[in-house]
Amino acid sequence: MSPESDPFIQVEQTGSSSKSLPLKIRDLTVAYHRKPVIWDIDLSIPEGKLVSIVGPNGAGKSTLIKACLDLIPRTSGEVSIYGQSYKKRRKRVGYVPQRESVDWDFPVSALDVVAMGTYGKLGWFRRVSKRSKALSMEALERVGLADYAHRQISQLSGGQQQRTFLARALVQDADIYFMDEPFAAVDAATERAIVELLKELQKRGKTVLVVHHDLATVPQYFDWTVLLNMRVVAVGPTNEVFTQENLRRTYGGKLTLFTQAANKVVQSR
Amino acid sequence: MPELADICNVLLLRDYNTRLVVICTMLLGCACGLMGGFLLLRKRSLMGDTLSHATLPGVGLSFILAVALGGDGKSLPILLVGAAITGVIGCAAVLFIREQTRIKDDAAMGIVLSVFFGAGIAILGVIQTMPEGSAAGLESFIYGKTASMVMSDFQILVFVTICVITCSLLLFKEFRLLCFDETFAAALGWPVKFLDILLLALITAVTVTGLQAVGLILIIAFLITPAAAARFWTNQLDRMLVLSALIGGASGWLGASLSAFIPRLPAGAVIVLVAALFFVVSMLIGTERGVMVRFLRQSQLKKRMGRQHLLRALYEILEGGRLTEELNIRTVPFRQIRGRRTWSDTQLRDYIRRAYNDGLVEAPNKVDSILLTKTGLAEAAQVTRNHRLWEMYLIEYADVAPSRVDRDADMVEHVLGEKMVTRLENKLQAYRSAGSLVPQSPHPIHPGD
Repeated sequence: MSPESDPFIQVEQTGSSSKSLPLKIRDLTVAYHRKPVIWDIDLSIPEGKLVSIVGPNGAGKSTLIKACLDLIPRTSGEVSIYGQSYKKRRKRVGYVPQRESVDWDFPVSALDVVAMGTYGKLGWFRRVSKRSKALSMEALERVGLADYAHRQISQLSGGQQQRTFLARALVQDADIYFMDEPFAAVDAATERAIVELLKELQKRGKTVLVVHHDLATVPQYFDWTVLLNMRVVAVGPTNEVFTQENLRRTYGGKLTLFTQAANKVVQSR
Repeated sequence: MPELADICNVLLLRDYNTRLVVICTMLLGCACGLMGGFLLLRKRSLMGDTLSHATLPGVGLSFILAVALGGDGKSLPILLVGAAITGVIGCAAVLFIREQTRIKDDAAMGIVLSVFFGAGIAILGVIQTMPEGSAAGLESFIYGKTASMVMSDFQILVFVTICVITCSLLLFKEFRLLCFDETFAAALGWPVKFLDILLLALITAVTVTGLQAVGLILIIAFLITPAAAARFWTNQLDRMLVLSALIGGASGWLGASLSAFIPRLPAGAVIVLVAALFFVVSMLIGTERGVMVRFLRQSQLKKRMGRQHLLRALYEILEGGRLTEELNIRTVPFRQIRGRRTWSDTQLRDYIRRAYNDGLVEAPNKVDSILLTKTGLAEAAQVTRNHRLWEMYLIEYADVAPSRVDRDADMVEHVLGEKMVTRLENKLQAYRSAGSLVPQSPHPIHPGD
C-alpha cells in the first residue's frame, strides 16, 4: 500500500510522495496477560515532524514505543519504518529509554554509556574504537556534558543522566528517534537544552517521537501530536488536534469512553 | 602450631600434597570472581544461589543412572553434567514461575531453591541404601572437600577458567551492555536472550566445577563476595572485574593453604571467610566507595565549609561595622562572631584553631577577639565575593541555577564563565555601599547582631 492512499495522513506531504513514511503503524494491538494495553492503533507520522505522544498514565505510551522497536511481542498488526520492518531499519532508529529503566550506580562513565550508542554499528567482539569515542565525546559536547565525560554515572544529576541518554541516541546517528519521557524530572535549564536539541534534530530533517507528560508545553514544543488512550484518540498537527474536546476524550477516563461507545450503540439502534 | 617453614612451603606451593589443591582453588577463585562481577551487576546474585542448590538432585540422579547402566557412579564428568542439567532446570523453573504467575522473583527463587535442595537430599538418602552408595561420598558436594581434588579436577578447572576468561575478553562490550541496559541492547539488535544464556552457561560451568571445592551452599559467597569487594575500589567495570578475579584467586590460595595447616578445618568455609575478610577490609578502606573515604570526604567538606563560613562571618562583621580605613584594624570580638551563625562554641573554636594553624587569623589576647591576618583578609574577601556572586546568580537566573550550584563556590568563574561573572559583578555594584572591597550581599541578613 502506498502512503498516498492511506486515509490517516491528514496533511499534504511536500516532496515525500515517492518516499516511505518514517513510521506507519497498522492495526497494532499489544496485550499483557490477556489484557490489551493498546488496541487497533493506526498511525502515520510524516517525515521531519517533532511529535509528542500524550495520554494519561497507563494509556500505553511506552508500550507503543516498545512495540515499534520490537522490544515486546505484538499481539497483532504491523509497524513499518521507512517502509520496512524494524529489523531491517534498525540502523536508522535512535532510542532513548526511560531514565529509571537502568541502574545508575553501574560502574561506567558517562562516556562509556554514550559509546554504547555505537555498539550497533561496531558488531561482535570489536572493542570500542577511537572513532567511537570521538563521536561519543562530540555528542556529549552537544548536550553540554563534555566536562562530565569521565564521571561515574551515579555522580551525575538527574538532568545530566537524562542528557547522557540523549547523547547516546545522538551517536546512533538515526533518522527517526523514539524518546520515552526525556523530560521526566529534569530542571528548567535541562528542559530548555533538550527542546533546543530536539528542534535542531528536526531542522536536520529527523523525525522525533517523544512521550511527554506536561500538557502545558505541548503546543510550544511539538508541531505534531498523538493523543493516546489505549487507542489513538487523535493525531495530526498540534494546533488542529490539541483541542479541549480531544483532551477530554483522552483524559476523561475510561468511563467517558464507555459512555460514548454506549451512546453510539444506542444511537445506531 | 605449624612452623614458619611449613607455612612458606605451602604458600609457595612447594608442598606436593597441597600444590594441586591450592592451584585448583586459586583458578576457581579467579573464574568465580570474574563471573561473580557480571552476576552481581546483572542483579542475579540469588539466581546463582538457586542454581547451586538445584545442582544436588542432578549429582544424585546421574550417580544412580551411571550405576544402573553399569558404569562408574563416581566419574566426575558425569556427576558434573548431571549437576549442570538440574541447575539449569532450577533456573528455568524460576523464570517460568516468574513469567507465568504473579509470584515475585524472590519467592520463586526461595521455592525452587529449597525444593530442589530437598529433592537432592532425598535422592542422596536413597543412594545411601544402595550397595554402591555408601562409599560414594556425594555429601562432599554439599559442603565441599578440597582434599579430594585430583588431576582430572585440575584439567576441568583449567578448561573452565580459560573459557571464562576468553569469553569475558571477547564479549566484554556485549556483557557490559547487557548488564547495564538490556532494553537498549535489544533495540540495537543484540540477541539479548542468547547473551543471557551464554552468561548463565558460563556461571553454571563455574558453579558446577566449584561444587567439589567449596560446596553448593557456600559457592554463592565465592561468586559474589570478591565482586562486591572489588566494587569498593573502582568505578570502572574492567578494573572491577580484574580486581574481583584477583581477590577471588587470593581467597582461594590463602583459604586452601590455611586449611592445609589446621586439620579438620574445611577448606570451603575458610576460603569463604578469607573472601569475607577481603570484603570487610575493602568496605572500610576501599578508595572509591569505602566507608572511610566517604567519611573523610564528608569531614573535609565540613572543614572547608567551616573555614569559609568563619572567614565570611569575619568579613561581613568588619564590613558592616566600620568604615574602610578602619578595615585594617581587622579585630573582631569572639562574642560577635558567635552571634553571626548558629554554631556551637566548640565548633567555632575548632574552626578558629584551624584558621589559626593556616595563618589566616591571629588571636591577640587569646580570649575574646580575633584578628584577620593579611592573607586571611584577602581570602575572606575572595570567599565573600564568590558567595555573593552565587547568590546573585541564584536570584537572577533562578530557573537554570539549580543544575549548576552543586559545584563549589570556588568554581564560580569556571562554571559561569568570565562574561557572566562580570555581568553579575556589575549587578552587585548597584547594591554596593561606598568603600567596601566586595560588592554587598543582595539580601543582607544580620542574625543576632
